[in-house]
Order: sequence, then structure tokens, then C-alpha cells
Amino acid sequence: MRQRIRRIVQKEFLQALREPRMRFMLLLPPLIQLLIFGYAANLDVESARIAWMDEDRSPASRELLAEFQGSGRFMVAAEPRTETGMQSVLDRGQVDAVIRVLPGFARDIERGRTTGVQVLLDGTNSNTAAIVSGYATQTIARYAGSVMAQQQRKKLVAGAESAGGPVHVALPQITAQTRVWFNPDLRSRNYFIPGVIVNIITLVTLSLTAMAIVREKEIGTMEQLMVTPIRPAELILGKTLPFVLVGLWDMLLVLGAALLVFHVPFAGSFPLLLFAAILFLLSSLGAGLFISTVSRTQQQAMMATFLFFQPFFLLSGFTFPIRNMPEPVQWLTFLNPVRYFLEIVRGVFLKGSGADTLWPELAALALFGVTILWLSVLRFHKHLE
Amino acid sequence: MARKELLHIVRDPRSLIAALALPLMMLLIFGYALSLDVDRIPTIIYDLDHTPQSRDLIREFRGSRYFDIIEEATSYRPIEREMDMRRCLLGVVLPPDYSRNLLSGKEAQVQLLLDGTDSNTAAIALGYGEGVVQGYALRLRAAAQSPGPGSVLHTPVEPRVRVWYNTDLISRDYIVPGLISVILMIIAALLTSLTIAREWENGTMEQLLSTPLRPAEMALGKLSAYFLLGIVDMFLCLFVGIVIFDVPLKGSAIFLFVSSCVYLFGALGWGVLVSAMNRNQLSAYQLGTLTSFLPAFLLSGFIYSIENMPRVIQAIALFVPARYFINIVKGVFLKGIGLEILWFDFLLLVLYGAAVFYFATRKLRQKVA
Repeated sequence: MRQRIRRIVQKEFLQALREPRMRFMLLLPPLIQLLIFGYAANLDVESARIAWMDEDRSPASRELLAEFQGSGRFMVAAEPRTETGMQSVLDRGQVDAVIRVLPGFARDIERGRTTGVQVLLDGTNSNTAAIVSGYATQTIARYAGSVMAQQQRKKLVAGAESAGGPVHVALPQITAQTRVWFNPDLRSRNYFIPGVIVNIITLVTLSLTAMAIVREKEIGTMEQLMVTPIRPAELILGKTLPFVLVGLWDMLLVLGAALLVFHVPFAGSFPLLLFAAILFLLSSLGAGLFISTVSRTQQQAMMATFLFFQPFFLLSGFTFPIRNMPEPVQWLTFLNPVRYFLEIVRGVFLKGSGADTLWPELAALALFGVTILWLSVLRFHKHLE
Repeated sequence: MARKELLHIVRDPRSLIAALALPLMMLLIFGYALSLDVDRIPTIIYDLDHTPQSRDLIREFRGSRYFDIIEEATSYRPIEREMDMRRCLLGVVLPPDYSRNLLSGKEAQVQLLLDGTDSNTAAIALGYGEGVVQGYALRLRAAAQSPGPGSVLHTPVEPRVRVWYNTDLISRDYIVPGLISVILMIIAALLTSLTIAREWENGTMEQLLSTPLRPAEMALGKLSAYFLLGIVDMFLCLFVGIVIFDVPLKGSAIFLFVSSCVYLFGALGWGVLVSAMNRNQLSAYQLGTLTSFLPAFLLSGFIYSIENMPRVIQAIALFVPARYFINIVKGVFLKGIGLEILWFDFLLLVLYGAAVFYFATRKLRQKVA
């Protein structure tokens, strides 16, 4: 029996590696995916492009501009002078926001009236808009604080002159001291790259397993395999084992590249990660096997892979936080093995969590893996007969 | 030729169902379940000061809809524990000398502890948190400065934020229109990429070659069947987006339709080109995913904005047609702009379609020869 399995594994490997193009395909796509994902999947707003529309043109408004420029979070990309000019930069998407200082800005400040600075946000991308809005509000508040301090100083000086001595007024000051745990620079790359690894392993193993089996059916070599004395269990094992290896190989490849190219911190234990990956492969190979039983052509298998992959991927918390989902959907994500694997990988990478915190996820992965694989094997059996 | 391909599709109900179910499913997931909006940030407060002043600031946090106070801790331990379990994102710590410093005019400090794992949520949460503290501090200062009771309290400058185009900042409104472009890419490029490879693999290509079909005719025939499928999917997307998810369509529907057709044509042509280059369906699929789905998803500005990417990636993104289509879709949907601003994106889509179709037929001719 062991020999027969070995033969099939050999045959699979031969088939996969015989063509130079296929050899290429096992190597290149995961790497390209990592690079594109790693560089592209980024929700940070490092420097917001703003249009500066100054209708006051006073020293006060220039001070505000300096405050914006000095914060390092803004880049003035346009200086429209008219309403239509402003409309046009927003319509063309050249800027994320327009900061508009209305006429009378300096005068109002001088007279001690509250004056407004308009912040017009391009809300098309609501995420960017929320971040830019936060930056702009903070910058303006900082400016307001410095204006207040100046006014206070003036009053103090005036008060001191009239009272003929130093006056001390206690002014309340509060500063927010921020400390960020786990990802101190708030780099979204550190958050996304571990997710990319999960994503690539899932996609590669799922689609390769499904398509390799369906391919045999489509070109009719499955019948040939059936007349050989191989038993179904051996066939399944022989067909899936190569993909376990391919999956693990891809993970190592991508992990190595992630550490080398992107310098993602790796705080946890490697054996734990490997163990979790093996548990996870049970689920993804099982799902691939299942897809192969419901599809007759490779085109069908591909569509089915997408149908499977998309919800698992999207509802795993990769880009879209699970806590933002409606509650019923949040419950649904408990049925998603990708979610658990993602939490483990992120935990190991960023928090250095060990099996002591991650055991519920590991248990869930094992449970899902065994169940999915078992059901798929049952179905595959029936399918063969 | 088109009829043969159409027959193929119709005879294969599973693929057909999948081609309709996939967009529907993605739309529902994206529209219903996914959101990047940050509110109700789970927060733990640790007040070491226990004075009216500290409680006043805590009230500010309680009053904001962005924060959801899940616990008032009596040590750092619960904050650490809950952050490890991903149940808490923000810890607000008021040190024991908070009110003493505040009243004596020294700098009072508030500590904000954030779980930075999800850096995007953390950055937004940080903005809200600092906003609350700063706003509160400004009001206190203004109150302390005002000469006497009864006088108007004010801050000298205040931001007046107004949002254009997507006034309520609903992430669904920018994701659903962009999704149309991703879905069309999957349906068009991926499905077609397998059709010609399949003919090679099954050996029916030789049969087709013996007929008097010319490569351009063959490409067009292959295309038109999937074109129809793509149009159906497009209407499905528009219907679900507008009717079920209430995404406002501010611009011209006709312009949207025409540019969708141009984009679809280019995507289909790309599928034919990929499949003409690969005799093996598996590698056609791999190449198809890499060159159509991933760029349309990642390099198009669908979720991740292109301006934030490194230069090299930005240069690559120039060649992603989905990017121009997304400009058009978002422009028409959210901004209500038309050809007068979007003509360049439209032109590029036309050029892309023509170029890809030209190369696809040339590649087919080479293979035939």
C-alpha cells in the first residue's frame, strides 16, 4: 500500500514538475502575490494631498498653513483661488481635502470671535477621508491652542501692567500620551503581510488540488487510474500529499520573502506556525477535494474555487475587521477556518502569542480540518464508485 | 462560432450558475458584511485619580459614539488581557496626579493605549481619542480664560468639516461601485482564459482549425458569448447596488453602460490572449488570476489607494485597466461627473481594448500557423 501511494505521489510530482512552465507556476505566483499584496495592501495615509484655498491672505492664515506643512502629514498639491477651481480639483480627485480659510479669518481672531476653517473632504474613499479628517482637525486644534496661548500672554502682560506686578493664572493643559502596543509604528504592512501568507496558502492549495483532480477527469485519465489496483483511500492520499508539500513549501517561501523583503517583525515561535499551517492544510485540501467532486470541467472547478475562496477570504478579517460586521455575520465567521488560521498567524507574528493564548483557535482548526477532510473523502469515495 | 460557445455555456449549467452566483455573493458580502468604518471602539478606562475632574473627562469618552466603554478597570491587567484576546482596542489611563496637575496649571497627562495590530483601525481610533482629549482641553482653557461667569465661552479657531460626494462616509458607497470592476474582470478574463486552453487540452482545437474560421472571427466568436454573460452580470451588479444597497447613482447611466462595455471587451480580449498563450488550463488559470483578478483587486484603487504605493508599484498600476474603469465608476456614481472630466480614462480603456484584441488575434494566428 505504501508503495502504491508513493507511486502516485511520484506521478503527481513528475506531472507537476515535468513542464518548465508548471515548475515556474509553483514558484512565481506566490512570490508575485506576496510582492503585490505586500506593497499594495496598505490603508495608511502617509501624506494627505490637500488644496490650500486662502481667501484671507493674512499673517494668521499663513501661520495656519505653516502648521499644516510642518505637521508632515500634508502635502499642498493645489492652490485654487475660485470656487470652480476648488470644485475642479475635487472632481478630478487631485486632492483628498480642501482647506479653505474664509475672508475675515485674521480679523475674527483679533477680535476674539470664534472663526471657522473649512475642511472639505473628498468622501469617495471613506476610509482615507476619516483619517484625513482626523489629521486636519488635530492640526487646527493645535493651531487654536497656540493662538489661545498668545492671547493669554497678551492679557497677562496687560494685566501685569495695570496691576503693577506679576500675575499668575493657572491654565489647564491636558496632553494625550499615546502608546501603541504590538505594532508601534502603526504600519499596516505588518498587519497585512501575515494575512497575505494565509491568503496565498489557501488559494494555492485549494485551486491546485481541485484542478489537478478535475483535470484527470476531463482528459479521461481518471478511468485509467481506476482500473489499476489502487484503492480510493490510497488515491486520495497520493493525490493530496503532494499538495501538502506544495502548500508548506509555498508558506516557507513566502515567509522567507516576507521577513527578508518587508522586514515584518516575527515575535513568536516558528514550530507553532508550522503546526498551525499543517492543521489548516487539512481544511483547505479537504475543500479542494470537495470542489473536485462537484465539478466536471476545470472551468467549473475554477469558478467553484472562487465561489469558495471569496467568502472565506473576505469574512476572515483580512482587510475588513470582523468586529465591523453585522452580528449574524460575525457568528458565521466562527465557521470559517481561514479566520482561525489568520488569527494564529497574526498573533504569532505581531504579538508573539504562544499556544497558551491560541489554543482555542488551534483546536478549532483541528476540528474543522478533520471534519472537512473526512466529509470530502466520504463524498469523493461515493463519487468514484 | 458565438452560437457554439453560447451552447457550451448554456449546456454547462454549473458554470452558468457560478458565473451568476459569484457576483451576487460578492456583492452581498461586500455590501452587507464588510465595512472599514470605525465606531464603537471597545475601550477600557483605568482611572487612578478618582476626582470630579477625571470623571468629567471620562464622561466625554462615554458621550462619544466612537467609543464603547466595556469596562472600568482597577489595574493595567484587564487592559492587557482583553487586548491579547482582541476584545479591547483602546485603553484610557488617567494617572493619579491628573487633577492635581490640571488644577495647578501643570501639564496633565492622559495615557491612550492602543492595540496597533490592525493599524488602520488603530490610526482612526487614535485620531478620535486625541480629538476627544484635545477638544476637552480647549474647552477647559477657554473656560479658564473667560473673564467671568456669564461670558461666552469660545475657542479662537475651530474646524468645520464638510464631506463631499459621500457625505455620510459610508464605506459601502465606495466599495460597491468599485466591486463592479472586479467582478467583470473575474467573469470576463478568467472564464475566457480557460476556453481556448480547454480546446487545446481536449484536442478540439484541431477540429476548429480545419474549419475555414479566421483567428479574428474565432476570437470574436469566443468573446461575444462571454460578453453577453458579462453584460448580464453588470446589470445584476448595478441592480443590487442601486436597489438593495441604496448606493446613489449621481451621473449618467448611459455613460456608465458604454464604458462598462468597453472595459468588458478589453477584459475578454485579455482572457483570450492568456488562453492563446497557454495550452494547459491550470497554467492559464494561474496566469489569468495573476494578471487579471489580482491587479483588479489590488492595484486599481478599489480598496487600497494607489497614491500610497511605492513608485514601482504605481508604475505597474498605470497598466491596470481596472484602475481607469474604477475612476469612471466612482466618478459617475459618487461625484456625478461625466465624459468632460473622465474622457482620458475612457480613451485609455478604448485603447486598451483595441490593443489587447489585436494582440490576441495575432497570437491566435501564430498558434494556428
